[in-house]
This record gives sequence, structure tokens and C-alpha cells, in this order.
Amino acid sequence: MTEIAERLYYGFFYLPTGIYALIVSVLVALCSSLLGVTLVLKRFSFIGDGLSHVAFGAMAVAAVVGLTNQMFIAMPVTIICAVLLLKAGGRAKIRGDASVALISVGALAVGYLLMNLFPSSASGSISADVCSTLFGSYALVTLTGAEVWLCVVLSVVAITLFILFYNKIFAVTFDENFAVATGIKANLYNLITAILIAVVIVLAMRLVGSLLISALIIFPAISAMRVFKTFKSVTLCSAILSVICTAFGVLLSVVIDTPVGPTIVCVDIIVFFAFWLIGSLKGGKAK
Amino acid sequence: MALLTCKNLSVGYDGVAVASGISFSLFSGDYLAVIGENGAGKTTVMKTVLGLIKQISGEIETGDGLKRNEIGYLPQQTAVQRDFPASVWEVVLSGRLSKIGLRPFYDKEEKRLAEDMLEELNIAHLKKRPYHELSGGQQQRVLLARALLATRKVLLLDEPVAGLDPIVTTEMYETIENLNKKGTSVIMITHDIAAAKKYANKILYIGANVFFGSKEEFIKSSDGKIFGSAGRNKK
Ligand SMILES: Nc1ncnc2c1ncn2[C@@H]1O[C@H](COP(=O)(O)OP(=O)(O)O)[C@@H](O)[C@H]1O
Ligand SMILES: [Mg+2]
Repeated sequence: MTEIAERLYYGFFYLPTGIYALIVSVLVALCSSLLGVTLVLKRFSFIGDGLSHVAFGAMAVAAVVGLTNQMFIAMPVTIICAVLLLKAGGRAKIRGDASVALISVGALAVGYLLMNLFPSSASGSISADVCSTLFGSYALVTLTGAEVWLCVVLSVVAITLFILFYNKIFAVTFDENFAVATGIKANLYNLITAILIAVVIVLAMRLVGSLLISALIIFPAISAMRVFKTFKSVTLCSAILSVICTAFGVLLSVVIDTPVGPTIVCVDIIVFFAFWLIGSLKGGKAK
Repeated sequence: MALLTCKNLSVGYDGVAVASGISFSLFSGDYLAVIGENGAGKTTVMKTVLGLIKQISGEIETGDGLKRNEIGYLPQQTAVQRDFPASVWEVVLSGRLSKIGLRPFYDKEEKRLAEDMLEELNIAHLKKRPYHELSGGQQQRVLLARALLATRKVLLLDEPVAGLDPIVTTEMYETIENLNKKGTSVIMITHDIAAAKKYANKILYIGANVFFGSKEEFIKSSDGKIFGSAGRNKK
């Protein structure tokens, strides 16, 4: 017991950066779970997946160019792709699917190629670079002060926008045709959603890496949907689950000395099975 | 002056027409039934009227103080997803959304209107139930409540009784008739010619030929055998 406490203290809380890392992860988790509900309901989960690969490619380009803060490239590129993909997805279902696959695999390949052609001088090892971009940094304490602030500001903006547009997002997700017919600018809210998704994905890159972002977005939402049946309760439950799982995952990774991203995702998976079980038991009783 | 007038409308997707030569007008208090075979383009015409898709050619005009976004809409059932987490209350309240403008949340007055609407349609007891666990008839009532909260001027119903059992169907027709008597103009897409003849005062038939006129004209011109090859009507 004391050993665990000691590990937590020296590995994490001893430094202020440890606290920052925890705050950032919780905020990012909150954002991604809020958007996750809409994304899953709109059957747009695959767009989240595609975008995370785009973010990977953009990060690679940024690293090659030698930017210290890679978000400045990754953010706009991912936002543009999010807007384009959402447009394509709305038009023709099949072509939208294919274009996501094209962009996502393309970005992955180009990103990896660039990292090999122009290895960054800082870390020295390509595989370490690639690994941390794909699966997240091993430990979050490496976040710099500027990154922390950027994350905090963007997360707060994303969460505020979500709360302000909550009712509109619900209406447009539930029945876009009805919303449009009664004069709601559904395209505007779809655009806002797309931008928020892109922002969240770039933020979450540092936390869980580009391959695992989808898990952070999707798991809390589908877990919540197993048990809860109204939009409000699903959204709240998804947010709470995501925050708890992420905070727990971050601390657990320090204690058992595992990479942060995969630890968080594993916690999410366990919680999903628990909720799935609760959901089936509840459903069974009701009938 | 007519609330809604369509002149020589041609509608379809990506420039390919699925129905054309459609002209009709809707006056205040009208009950217009839109009939035609499956795939004739009834839903497409109505989506065009609602502004969800653009017409290929022709004109749509509103008058008598009606705005294009003041048409309440009850979609064909398939339009709403299954297993979507949403309570009856959330769905009904969303009918009010276009009225709240930039405000992020509903105020007391809007919630009261929604409560009253639940009472009016006899679904107050369902308020907290998940929408997708309701029966087909209950779901239609919830969507009707939502549409009426958006506007009481014109109501557009796309096959409101499809898949409902006979008793619930009659109830639904009676509810719609009552709304019409209270002043809501109704456009109802239906397969049910008997119901069209019973409740509507005007009929629009969409098919190889297009017919628009009063119910009496319709009955005279077609002798009721409008579906199939017998549907020979003057334009
Ligand atoms: N989103 C769409 N894109 C392309 N064609 C469509 C679309 N929706 C319907 N159609 C086609 O338009 C025609 C008319 O459909 P619809 O208006 O739904 O008929 P109805 O409501 O009279 O049964 C059908 O042939 C259908 O296949
Ligand atoms: Mg139809």
C-alpha cells in the first residue's frame, strides 16, 4: 500500500507537471466523450478514426519541418480534413466511406515515410518517435508548459461550445431533416461538430496516440448507451465514465509502470464490459 | 391568398427527376391528401416543399404570412433512427428549438408549451420513457407533438399511419381531423384512398399523370380506381 503511494507521489504528484498532466488528460477525456455520443449516433465513428491518422501525418510533417509545437500544423490540417470528410460523408454514403479510408491510410503512410526520410535530431530514434505518435507518450509528464496551456484553453472552449449548442446538437443528431425544415442551420452545427472533433483528436494525440484516439471517443459513449436511454443521461454518464476511466488509467500507468494510452484504453474496455453486462441484466428483467 | 402554391414543379435527386408537372395550392383550413404508388415521388415532393432538397424546376411560393420554415413535419417513420437514446420529453421539446434562436436552453414558457402539448395529445404519461421503446402509434404521437410545437399553421404528415393497427390508425386520423378543425392546414401523404376520401377536401395524385383538385372532382374523374392502369386523369 505504502509502496503504491510512494510511486504515485514520486512518479507523479512530486512534480507540478504531474498534476498538469492529470488535469490535461481529464479535460481531453471530457471533450472526447461529449463528442463521442454524437459521433456514434451519427454513425460517424469511422471519421474519427480517419482523422486521427490525418493528425498523425500532420504531426510527422511538423516534426520534419522542425516545429517545436507540432499542434500548430496538425490542428489546421486536421480541421480542414474534418470539414471535407463530413461533407463527403453527408453526400454519398459509399464514396464517403472510401474517401475516409483513402485519406487515413495515405496520411499514415506518408507520415511514416517522412519520419524515416528526415529523422528528427531531438530524440534520435525513429521507432520511439513513431511509437509515441501512434500510441501516445510513455509518460505524460513530458508535456511542456505551453502545451498544457494550449490544451486547457482548447478543451475549455470545446466544452463550452458543446454546452451552449447542446440542444441544437441533439436536434440535428436525432433528426436532421426536421431540424432543417423548421429553420435550424444544421450545416452550421455539423461544421461546429466537425471542428470540435478535429480539435479533440489533435489534443488527444498526446494522451493516447493517434491509433487509440477512437477508443477514447467511442468507448464511454457506447458504454453509457448500454445502460441509459435518454440523450441527457447518456451524455452525462459518458462524460463521467470517461473522466473516471482516464484519471484512473493515468494513475494506474504510473503505479504499474505501463504506457499511459493503452492503460487508459484497457480501463475503458473493462468498464464497457461491465456496462454491457449491467445493460443485458436490466434488459432481461424488463422483459 | 393561398398559404402554399407549387407551380409546375419538377423534383428529384442530382438533376434526375422522379416526379414532374406538379401543381397544387393549399389554402388556410385545407386538408390535402397526397396519394400515389410507392416510389412515385410523394416524399420527394414534400422534401422539396420543406426546402430539404432543391427543386429541378418550377416554383414554390408561400403566402398569407406563412414562412417556408413554418411547416410542421412528421417524417416517414424510417427517418428516425432506432435505438437512439432520447426521452419523449427531449424529442417533443426539440420541436421548439427553432424558436429559441441564440439562447442555449429552453425557458419556462417553452417547457410549459411542451407540457400542454403532451396533455393535448394524451401522451403526458410517456414523458420520461425512452422514445425508441414506444409502440409505433405512440412514436407517431410524439413526433406529432414535436411538429405542432414548431408550428400550428401547416402540418405535413408523411404516411402517418403506416404500420399501425386499425384502432390506433383510426385514433390517429381523428387526432389529425381535430387539429384540422382547430385551424391547422394539413397535407397528408397516404396510401389509404378510403381515408383520403373520408377526411381530405383536396387531393393530389402523383403518378404517370398528375391530378390535383377537390375530393369531389377526384371521385368523379377516376371513379375511385386511381391506382394502376385505371388512373387516367386530366392534368
Ligand atoms: N436520397 C435519394 N437519392 C436518390 N434517389 C432517391 C432518394 N430517395 C428516394 N429516391 C428515389 O426517388 C423515387 C421516389 O421516392 P419517394 O419520393 O420516396 O417515393 P414515395 O414517397 O412516393 O414512395 C424512388 O424511385 C426512390 O428510389
Ligand atoms: Mg414516401
